[in-house]
Amino acid sequence: MELLRFATAGSVDDGKSTLIGRLLLETKQIFEDQLEAVERTSRERGFDYTNLALLTDGLRAEREQGITIDVAYRYFATPRRKFIIADTPGHTQYTRNMVTGASTADLALVLIDARKGVLEQSRRHAVIASLLQVKHLVLCVNKMDLVDHDEARFEEICAEFGDFAAKLEIDDLTFVPISALEGDNVVHHSPNMPWYEGPTLLHHLEHVYIGSDRNLIDARFPVQYVIRPMSHDHHDYRGYAGQVASGMLRPGDEIVVLPSGFTTTVAGIDTADGPVVEAFPPMSVTVRLADDLDVSRGDMLCRPNNMPDVTQDVDAMVCWFSERPLQAGATLAVKHTTRWSRARVQALPYRLDVNTLRREEGPAALAMNDIGRVSLRTANPLFVDEYRRNRTTGSFILVDEGTHETVGAGMILGTGTPS
Amino acid sequence: MPTQLSHLAALEAESIHIIREVAAEFERPVLLFSGGKDSAVMLRLAEKAFAPARLPFPLMHVDTGHNFAEVIDYRDRRVAELGAQLVVASVQESIDAGRVVEETGPRASRNRLQTVTLLDAIAANGFDAVFGGGRRDEEKARAKERVFSFRDDFGQWDPKNQRPELWSLYNGRHRKGEHIRVFPLSNWTELDIWQYVAEDGVELPSIYYAHHRPVVARDGMWLAVTPFLTLLDGEVPEERLVRFRTVGDATCTGAVESSAATLEAIIAETAASTVTERGATRADDRISEAGMEDRKREGYF
Repeated sequence: MELLRFATAGSVDDGKSTLIGRLLLETKQIFEDQLEAVERTSRERGFDYTNLALLTDGLRAEREQGITIDVAYRYFATPRRKFIIADTPGHTQYTRNMVTGASTADLALVLIDARKGVLEQSRRHAVIASLLQVKHLVLCVNKMDLVDHDEARFEEICAEFGDFAAKLEIDDLTFVPISALEGDNVVHHSPNMPWYEGPTLLHHLEHVYIGSDRNLIDARFPVQYVIRPMSHDHHDYRGYAGQVASGMLRPGDEIVVLPSGFTTTVAGIDTADGPVVEAFPPMSVTVRLADDLDVSRGDMLCRPNNMPDVTQDVDAMVCWFSERPLQAGATLAVKHTTRWSRARVQALPYRLDVNTLRREEGPAALAMNDIGRVSLRTANPLFVDEYRRNRTTGSFILVDEGTHETVGAGMILGTGTPS
Repeated sequence: MPTQLSHLAALEAESIHIIREVAAEFERPVLLFSGGKDSAVMLRLAEKAFAPARLPFPLMHVDTGHNFAEVIDYRDRRVAELGAQLVVASVQESIDAGRVVEETGPRASRNRLQTVTLLDAIAANGFDAVFGGGRRDEEKARAKERVFSFRDDFGQWDPKNQRPELWSLYNGRHRKGEHIRVFPLSNWTELDIWQYVAEDGVELPSIYYAHHRPVVARDGMWLAVTPFLTLLDGEVPEERLVRFRTVGDATCTGAVESSAATLEAIIAETAASTVTERGATRADDRISEAGMEDRKREGYF
């Protein structure tokens, strides 16, 4: 059984929580005690129907305000796949949550209210999914029951959204007309929309092909931890533990260690369940090398003929999370793969308006929830690839050195000077 | 050879990555080990993360004193097998030292007192990272928990002010006195745990499997008759064929009637279950709709 991670996004009243509640209910992930609690609360609050949103909004403040505050993770499985949902609030000031949810997603699901059509929020979500290189986007046109299940209205929304999405980097765009409240086209085809011949939402989630989304070309192995048992049974054992970021590693492969540049070969790849003949993402393994080299956490193993950029100058799209604006000259801590460094903001070439995709050149600062291009100079070299090509070696977080808060997330565009 | 991992292998790889990240970046991590199935799987994953070396951190059991003997036997056996160091943080000692006041009455529970004992032990030992076996599918408040979950110097969780967590880049930075709770099983479900136990051959305490035991019916659950349980008027112990879906303090962990004596039978039963494990078996989670959130804010597991 495969794992599919997807992020959901929508504006406050698009019915996202209801849709998730519907998916969980129809795949029998919701239990009687949970449903009873929700039915009871719905009755107490005088709702006409069971408010499935109550299933997912767990914090006291959320129930009080009727909104979703933070990314919530949900789980369900069908015989074909196990699903992890990152349920992200659509509220404007919580853009950071959408970025967070999308960072690990294979697929993004954007909800649109059929009555309201494509809003600024919907475009923003699509832009963020594209920036985060989520390969598959599903646009759910929800509340079709409130527009008389009208095909023309659905087509109109698809056309408008499609025009906008054409400007983005989205490989695979799918439209599904649904009613989360009534369950139409979520798990079962709706008799109310006989004109819709595409897959139901769940069918699409179960069958969308994600096998080629990973990078299996560029071997990258960030060393996470050095295993030296120092016991009598394993006197000379020295293994480099980590998770394969991309590409494949096999015993006998010639490799180069960054930053030292020494070359050697892979002597063996171990796991607690025994050696393996190859390692690929996202396996966590322990690599033994043929030669005794000085290798430590933060180093990277790769192939001599296919190396990342070793650089102290990084250009990236950064999403800024902090209330304190980001300005040129700021010094921050950066975590990239298993490596920490200090970094200085050299320049802020432009801010991106995620609603219009327009670039505002030379902004004074990036405010909270802004996304913009940032040029960084790091104190130590990083081993980077373009985010477009490698989500693991192309991403980093920025951490405030005083408060230790995570204040930004970066997607690497390239190295060197900004264009 | 296929290059797609099964969902269990992918979850295992993610958890091992998290555990190694903690060992690499923190000075004094500790792994909470209660002997329950989640902590058993977490411990197995930690064992795998550093093989063939030993665990680079100690284990800690927050002991309410109301234990199932089978679970303590199991705990001590696993600790010996791994050659690990075990820290026992005792709720009884917290009571004796006057740090907490024991609840009174027939429904008294030491569940909530554990938080003080836990936080005291974290401070006394200088632990800066604490592995817990919590899963996001357990409870609504847990669904919003980070993998690296920051606690202030009072051990408190602030759900509205959590650090964003992106990709697999975890931020464990903190000041002295603060600590990070780490949940390597965040993305596992109860069914995943059972499937992994079966696939990997993880040993569990025997009380997870169906067995005969004297129990009393209370609040729609079967509570084990132990020296720690005060019977209420009209409660008559009876022998039933039961198993436990979760393992905690013996006075507030209920059993379910079940004849599932094998992993295959338990997995079938879990897949067909219509009630969550906490709803079925944890009196402590029935306090209120926000019971877990409130306890977590205070610093609970």
